[in-house]
Amino acid sequence: MSEPEVNLQLGREHGLTDQEYERMLEILGRVPSYSELGIFSVMWAEHCSYKSSKNHLMTLPTDGPQVIQGPGENAGVVDIGEGYAAVFKIESHNHPSYVEPHAGAATGVGGILRDIFTMGARPLASLNSLRFGPLDEARQRYLLRNVVSGIADYGNCFGCATVGGEVTFHPDYRNNILVNAMNVGIVRHDQIFLANASGEGNPVLYVGSKTGRDGIHGASLLASSEFDEHTEEMRPTVQVGDPFTEKLLLEACLEAMRTGAIVGIQDMGAAGLTCSSFEMASRAGTGIEMDLDLVPQREEGMTPYELLLSESQERMLLVAERGRESEIEDVFKKWDLDYATVGTVTGDGRMRIRWHGETVVDIPIDPIAQAAPVYDRPVQVPADLTARQQLDAASLPSEMNLSKTLLELLGSPNLCSREWVYQQYDQLVQSSTVLRPGGDAAVVRVPDTEIGLAMSTDCNPRYCRLDPYLGAQHAVAEAARNVAVTGATPLALTNCLNFGNPERPESMWEFAEAVRGMGDACRALGIPVVSGNVSLYNETSGEGSIPPTPTIGMLGRLENVAMRVPTGFTAEGDAVLLVGETLDELGGSEYLAVRHGIERGAPPRLDLLAEKRLHAFLVAAASQSLLHSAHDTADGGLAIAIAESAIFSGIGVDVELPAGGLSTESLLFSETASRAILSTSVTQVDELVGLATTHAVPITVVGKTGGDRIRLSPGVDVALAEAQDVWRRTIPEIMS
Amino acid sequence: MPKADHPSPHPKPRVGVLVFPGSNDDRDLARAFEFLGADVEMIWHKDRRLPQGLMGLGVPGGFSYGDYLRAGAMARFSPVMPAVANFARDGFPLMGICNGFQILCESGLLPGALVRNRDLRFICRDISISVEDAGLFRGQTFDGATLNIPIKHGEGAYVPDPQRKPRVAFRYVAENPNGTTDAIAGIANEEGNVLGLMPHPEHAVDPLLGGTDGAILLRAFLALALERANSE
Repeated sequence: MSEPEVNLQLGREHGLTDQEYERMLEILGRVPSYSELGIFSVMWAEHCSYKSSKNHLMTLPTDGPQVIQGPGENAGVVDIGEGYAAVFKIESHNHPSYVEPHAGAATGVGGILRDIFTMGARPLASLNSLRFGPLDEARQRYLLRNVVSGIADYGNCFGCATVGGEVTFHPDYRNNILVNAMNVGIVRHDQIFLANASGEGNPVLYVGSKTGRDGIHGASLLASSEFDEHTEEMRPTVQVGDPFTEKLLLEACLEAMRTGAIVGIQDMGAAGLTCSSFEMASRAGTGIEMDLDLVPQREEGMTPYELLLSESQERMLLVAERGRESEIEDVFKKWDLDYATVGTVTGDGRMRIRWHGETVVDIPIDPIAQAAPVYDRPVQVPADLTARQQLDAASLPSEMNLSKTLLELLGSPNLCSREWVYQQYDQLVQSSTVLRPGGDAAVVRVPDTEIGLAMSTDCNPRYCRLDPYLGAQHAVAEAARNVAVTGATPLALTNCLNFGNPERPESMWEFAEAVRGMGDACRALGIPVVSGNVSLYNETSGEGSIPPTPTIGMLGRLENVAMRVPTGFTAEGDAVLLVGETLDELGGSEYLAVRHGIERGAPPRLDLLAEKRLHAFLVAAASQSLLHSAHDTADGGLAIAIAESAIFSGIGVDVELPAGGLSTESLLFSETASRAILSTSVTQVDELVGLATTHAVPITVVGKTGGDRIRLSPGVDVALAEAQDVWRRTIPEIMS
Repeated sequence: MPKADHPSPHPKPRVGVLVFPGSNDDRDLARAFEFLGADVEMIWHKDRRLPQGLMGLGVPGGFSYGDYLRAGAMARFSPVMPAVANFARDGFPLMGICNGFQILCESGLLPGALVRNRDLRFICRDISISVEDAGLFRGQTFDGATLNIPIKHGEGAYVPDPQRKPRVAFRYVAENPNGTTDAIAGIANEEGNVLGLMPHPEHAVDPLLGGTDGAILLRAFLALALERANSE
């Protein structure tokens, strides 16, 4: 075989810095083979090593009585009662989805599904957080169309309901869209599997699809560098998904796990066979010997380098109990999946890989998997930050026709209906979806129980750009509020931290501030971080980065799913109540962006203790059957929240808002935190108000439901049918 | 269900649900049948024989063989299919839902074919259908009934076979979501015992999950199964 000779230049082409190259030589005491260089480059790439983010991530709270498994495994695990646990995680597939939107988004879904069922859980619900540039650009319409169809094709065929998420548009995502996929699975406590290669002498098995040449360096080069003029050439680094095989792999893995013969299991995701084998051995403190000739191969003549770095999808690496391989083999044969014993667990902490009778890799595991470089990268406040935080709201022209303004906002791309998107997703398979997409959070029933799980993804990137510390706090608080309005207690969260180039101090500052804000919010609200993913280098040379986007995936729990509270009104003649106070806080609002093209000012303040009281009140009110509907008040302010509750239900509303010395614009469109719009029967108002008072949550009766108009005094009076029409038709019209 | 004053040798319906590789709504259908009081057997597609005493058979939705060639085109070659055809020939009721409907068309148990939706997009939402042929559900009160049941499919536009006119069982009401011929949502064979429909009644049996109109249809199917079994 003639493999390239390894030198500093080749190291650079593999994304290693000169210092990292030197460090590699030190660890090995020699120049690595070409395959070994490949391994170092993927294991030390940002995507796998978290080398820029690790110092910051370590500050996040990860513990709590409900936590069964925190960060570090394939996904986080929390107790949900009755012997069940929820396994969940969110993960990015941003760069692949920009380069090849259909396959990129599809394999993003496939990857997160495997992370869940690798742990023994059956995936129950998917969500996704998507960010694009403006839809009046043909390229963005192409990206939206294909990302959504990619998610739909994979998730629908696999058979996991897509129940929620978010889709927003901003010019700064134009050249670097975000595709963050989340999944929640369910497992019995005693059936959780971990990714450990323990037990010297145990066989290492390969199951699933054959290995091909797709996706080589997807993680190391595509995901761990900025976009530039060569990005188009990276298309072959995007993997191709096969949801049918994944469905078979799911059923076969869960069946094989029930045999009791599996010791540890991990999916081959980023950096394929390399990353999975190193991580499994490293966690168990063992070594692995492997023979690449035994790996099922899709193509002829694949080199060891290609076999080790391929990111072919729908593959799993597992360690079995010695002597019980045949039990596992029977299951995979039943499902017509490839299966091979490719190696053995050893006790010496080394990775030894043979190919065509030669040793092509012989390196220590821990120095690569655990002692990867960690950088304390310099940070710097962006020079224009203070200027961007200034806003002279008083100088803005007053609205002349508030009804028209409300309709314009309802039809604006970031506030209008997302039906065009989520109607392409199977929302129902597995018969668990109690609250479908469109509301604040989705609610699913845990099969065979009365337990409900509420879930939501959230982040306001505009806030994060103006103040990443506060913006990240808002992301946590709003995601928690989204689940609390359904009556669920927030349990734990997963995060997907999408940022720019960490080697630019301004981007690194945004990252550090956001993580600090997230940690503070999590501690104040008592919500641990149990899993997550970091996606850096989301920028294109010379065009700046995406807005900082720390997406939160929140999980909440309802004791009895029948008590869940919907977003829309449910009956005519109900009382409408506002909880929380409205302040003069138009900074960073959707209103300013849509009506005035302004993205400035300070984001709304956030009192985390008040927020926590609100959640407790909402959960208590739901459990006492005091709520007919509850809707979080966020993007677009009170006017949009009230209009949405009417639009969802087809029930009109008549509300008089207490002015409290605010301008009408602030009253209607200010995005003050810790508020919600509730409805309940007139006979229960006193009880509800009493409960709010006990929780020290401000509450005001503001009107009642009914009729066929949306009336918000002062100033708004529109026909409900017109509001529904305006809200519904924006995306279908743009996309047709 | 059979009248209480009409004692029958089989008090409880016993039905099967086929499972192909890639079936997704198999467990949903089984759960719905059980919810409505039936005994359910899951039948793996490699089985060459159906279980003894089966009274009816559901062919579930999903993506058998990933729908990679054409929805339902591979499943028709599964080892279980000859037994399914015999079961239908013997007059037992069969219900194919979504992918199951596609499989029944591909295997010739129902006439016509299903092609991609007009807009080439998957659609998942609730929709109203009308019962067009109440005679298919003997003893049931279906005349003029409108049912609200979800659809979720990418290949749901029915195209009739000019040589074999379908017996139209259901039509979409006041709209045509996918470009199907004459708003057809479901059909039956001439004998009336093999039914195929795109909407998913198994996803409309529990009020908590959004509606119970699907239970009306599944109950009628179970009643037919019991009637057929008791006629022997």
